[in-house]
Amino acid sequence: MKKSLFACAVLGLAATAAIAQANDTLAKIKSSGSVTLGVRESSGLSYTLGGGKFVGFHTEMGERILADVQKQLGLSKLDVKYQPVTSQNRIPLVQNGTVDLECGSTTNNTARQRDVAFAITTYVEEVRIAVKANSGINSIRDLVGKTVATTTGTTSVQTLRKHERANGVDFKEIYGKDHADSFLLLESGRADAFVMDGSILAANIAKSKAPADFKVVGEVLSVEPIACMLRKDDPAFKKAVDDSIKRQIADGSLAKLYDKWFMQPIPPANVNLKMPLSDTTKAAWANPNDKPMEEYAVK
Amino acid sequence: MSWDWQVFCEDTITREVGERCFGQGGDITYLDWLLSAWGWTVSVSVLALALALVVGAVVGTLRTLPNRPVVVGLGNAWVELFRNIPLLVQIFLWYHVVPALFPALKGVPGFVLVVIALGLFTSARIAEQVKSGIQALPRGQRYAGMALGLTTAQTYRYVLLPMALRIVIPPLTSETMNIFKNSSVAFAVSVAELTMFAMQAQEETGRGIEVYLAVTGLYIVSAFAINRVMAFIEKRSRVPGFIVAGGTGGH
Repeated sequence: MKKSLFACAVLGLAATAAIAQANDTLAKIKSSGSVTLGVRESSGLSYTLGGGKFVGFHTEMGERILADVQKQLGLSKLDVKYQPVTSQNRIPLVQNGTVDLECGSTTNNTARQRDVAFAITTYVEEVRIAVKANSGINSIRDLVGKTVATTTGTTSVQTLRKHERANGVDFKEIYGKDHADSFLLLESGRADAFVMDGSILAANIAKSKAPADFKVVGEVLSVEPIACMLRKDDPAFKKAVDDSIKRQIADGSLAKLYDKWFMQPIPPANVNLKMPLSDTTKAAWANPNDKPMEEYAVK
Repeated sequence: MSWDWQVFCEDTITREVGERCFGQGGDITYLDWLLSAWGWTVSVSVLALALALVVGAVVGTLRTLPNRPVVVGLGNAWVELFRNIPLLVQIFLWYHVVPALFPALKGVPGFVLVVIALGLFTSARIAEQVKSGIQALPRGQRYAGMALGLTTAQTYRYVLLPMALRIVIPPLTSETMNIFKNSSVAFAVSVAELTMFAMQAQEETGRGIEVYLAVTGLYIVSAFAINRVMAFIEKRSRVPGFIVAGGTGGH
């Protein structure tokens, strides 16, 4: 009698565990009245002003997405919690349920699609080179034999490696532990160039002591679609997020938001990044899709 | 929770699993990279250890000199300086600040600066241990040396240091193991060692658990290997009945 009761209990637990596997973020939001938005602390698209305040193009877009979700679920109040994430922990945190929607600067690629799902692409990052204006470097070919800085834990490391292999060039790589550190390597002269996403280069140059000393040069080394990240196998939530983004594109609010964060002075230093909308991003908005980076490379 | 140990056999650029886990013809797999990173960790640690042992022993000995208050004071200042600043901050000071103050050092590779920073940090701790070892000896040893007509240098060389260094082998073993573990901060100044490999490979492959387990395993193996080396040194240098090292204590 005891054994069969125990067996039933185990089966019951296993069944509930199995049910919990099928992700349903919308149900979770509805029942708990709160949602966790993953944000970054110092990325071009999402950063902190200190004191728990998170701002940026993608952060604000994420807030608007969640407002649409709140309307869709008919909730009178939705508590949005902000969870800062890093390149290291963003995927595990989404997978284990700590973060429901991460809108930062995560590249959509096939390797990550094995672990998480992505919303439609809202920003297309182009990896470029930042150099000192007087260095005479104008393209990646000029970097042969020079020292190139990039940040540990980013996709730019792989991009550089692929480029070296494909073109048979050789340059010395040094790695900063975060974007500010990598920019410091360029500033102090330890590195001749800093290779990273264009928006991060622009943000760091704008925040530096002497922005006129630097410029962003060279061909586009890699095109990376940036999208919000959510849990896999949750079609209802993905549809809600995608619909919200499509609405923002259609009624022009996303374009206005882009303008606010890239073409006008932004906090904390009131500097203007002066980055007009790139053709690839315009194309991504015109044809909303969640294609991974590998499919962009073919073009 | 599924394991994917095949990740180490993947090529770092194409992410395809090759037939052999070591890359061929210029291709690098994650396993090649892991072993290369381990090589950097061991190089940084061993060179820093050599520097720390030499400098630490000298400074520790100088701190016990009789009748030389200035030298003792300088030794104490050295130890206090390097003990009171956190290791990571010291590494940043050597990497970013010192080359700015002394432009001659700008060309020095980061690897050398990290070895210097780690070596000097550990030398302060080794100096403290060597000083304690010498001060643990009975006063009579030094006086006996003087009574025999030995100079101070000879007293240290033939009487004090042989005993003191045998006494401090156990804490020195801890310090050598610490150096291997502390070498992980070298990632912050772009030395391609195990911790940097772990962070980058975890980001690229998404298989954080396998990567970090492998890196942890290699750190354990390295630290334990140096522990066994020190145990071997201790055994070979033991003078029977002299100082009962590792026994039940007492003379």
